[in-house]
Amino acid sequence: MTNSTVLRMAMRSILKNKMRTMLTMLGIVIGVGAVIVMVAIGNGAQSQIKRQISSLGTNLIVVTAGSAQQGGVSQGAQTFNRLTIDDVDAIKRDATLLAAVSPVIVTRTQVVAGSGNWRAEVNGVSTDYLTIRDWAVSSGALFTDDDVAAKRTVLLLGATVARNLFPDGDPVGMEIRLGKTPFTVVGVLAPKGQTANGSDQDDVVLVPYTTAQTRLNGFSFLGQILASASSPSQLQAAQDEIRGIMRDAHGIPPGGTDDFTVRDQTAIATAATSTSSIMTSLLAAIASISLIVGGIGIMNIMLVSVTERTREIGIRMAIGARGGDVLMQFLVESIVMCLLGGLVGLAAGVGGATLVAHFTGWSIATPVSAVFLAIGFSAAVGIFFGFYPARKAAALDPIQALRFE
Amino acid sequence: MRPVLELHDITRTYSMGDTAVHALRGVDLTVGAGEMVAIMGTSGSGKSTMLNILGCLDVPTSGRYLLDGVAVETMSKPRLADLRNAKLGFVFQGFNLLARTSALENVELPLLYRRGASVRDARGRAAAALARVGLGERLDHHPSMLSGGQQQRVAIARALVTEPTLLLADEPTGNLDSRTTIEVMALFQALNEQGITIVIVTHEPDVAQYAKRIIEMRDGRILRDHPVMDRRDAAADLATLDTDPNDSLENAA
Repeated sequence: MTNSTVLRMAMRSILKNKMRTMLTMLGIVIGVGAVIVMVAIGNGAQSQIKRQISSLGTNLIVVTAGSAQQGGVSQGAQTFNRLTIDDVDAIKRDATLLAAVSPVIVTRTQVVAGSGNWRAEVNGVSTDYLTIRDWAVSSGALFTDDDVAAKRTVLLLGATVARNLFPDGDPVGMEIRLGKTPFTVVGVLAPKGQTANGSDQDDVVLVPYTTAQTRLNGFSFLGQILASASSPSQLQAAQDEIRGIMRDAHGIPPGGTDDFTVRDQTAIATAATSTSSIMTSLLAAIASISLIVGGIGIMNIMLVSVTERTREIGIRMAIGARGGDVLMQFLVESIVMCLLGGLVGLAAGVGGATLVAHFTGWSIATPVSAVFLAIGFSAAVGIFFGFYPARKAAALDPIQALRFE
Repeated sequence: MRPVLELHDITRTYSMGDTAVHALRGVDLTVGAGEMVAIMGTSGSGKSTMLNILGCLDVPTSGRYLLDGVAVETMSKPRLADLRNAKLGFVFQGFNLLARTSALENVELPLLYRRGASVRDARGRAAAALARVGLGERLDHHPSMLSGGQQQRVAIARALVTEPTLLLADEPTGNLDSRTTIEVMALFQALNEQGITIVIVTHEPDVAQYAKRIIEMRDGRILRDHPVMDRRDAAADLATLDTDPNDSLENAA
């Protein structure tokens, strides 16, 4: 019996019981559809997290004071446990694998503009900061190196701050006060959105770090040093380089513990992506339970069908069908049914994911692999759950089967 | 006369729990090409078991069975299936056609299970077989749209389409009225005239009278094996029926 004949026979007997076939297929449709929707949602979340992480800045390296390995053990006298401008200068001077370096001085101050005021994070940074953070200016311009050297009272407003203080006007050129010090707004930053953990990156004011040290803070310690590696492949080497420079600058002997921490975003990115990929697999696992339930439905109907068609099986055997022919016939029926259900489920899943995206505003991504997975899985379900009934049919004794009422 | 089937000391024993049921207790039989044999017997005589073995649906417990010169008793199940397909045609009491499947597709079915060289023009051969049994006009009819006699003709066409060595009929007229019975027997006689070997299992003496040879079975053995003395001609009986409508059908059959 040729393959096309087997297929044609399967199609015919599937079509003979349209209602039953449709209800049976519904189990597979729902199973595959659910898997697709869940994978699409999980995948969408994952790519959104990735986008957010990359919005923190490209090839970002963060140096902070203190050491992660330090724990509760206090460091002796004469050891540095703060970052200073000297560290930044040392890094700038000696590093070869960095594109940009900027100190970051972090304070919070009341920002006052005319009648309005807003409490925002004020960051003292160098002109490299926006390069490192991969951040654009939406109006006006960044302050210059000259401004930094002269410790001028100029600032850039984050989008959130600008919106709150100047709801209907361009703030560039306006005078505002940080605490008691008057500043001139030279630019507004483009909106950057939230970080992966939900804090608003646009709720910020940038000033030259020199100004921050002299006018706002009064002390010379830095919150952190930001740097960007010249290329993603250099990220690890650049971190090692910074670590070496910092150890030299802080006079840490070989074998001594670092009094600072160098990190990049990969750790955060890996953690976030792995969390969301666990979520995706969890969702898919839950959804695949319905696929299994659908498969059991297929098996149930195939068993009923074998019993119902016992006589037909007897006839086929009497006129020369081998056990293998009968096995193939029922197996192909089950596979065809599952594949059809899988295809419909695929369409339903993609449609469902689009609907979910439309109504929730979540970002949804149906990976191409999910399509093949859905089809592969439904075929596998057909084989797995169709095999037992098919074998049962093939093992029938033709004499008994012919006598079956 | 070349033998189509040869049975040598065939026995068949079923074990039903602890007791052994001896359905056949040593049967010797030879049927030559072109014969038309009726196997008769009451229920429990072993004629159904005999038919199953002749039809290669079952294998004997002991003894030798040669079908068209091929030893059957040692064959595996798949080989038996192939043998049924190649050398045998079955006609059953209950017609055993596939429901919701056209006459043409029913008849075509055995050709689809043919091993080895694929059958060319299965459709055409199926149509020809249906024409041979007088149903050339009803190729697309489903069994439910056909009368009992017509369904049995479709079944006969299905048995013929592979050009079998032996046509086996199991109570082929059991579900038919008297007139249709004669019609079907007329068809069997005509096919036999064309050289097809036919073995019919029946318990109706009237039906057996249309055969050339009667084998009577009892208790798993052949009781009597004799040629039919006053063989009836089904075509002639039909003609009588048509010319004399007052003649009751029971008498004619």
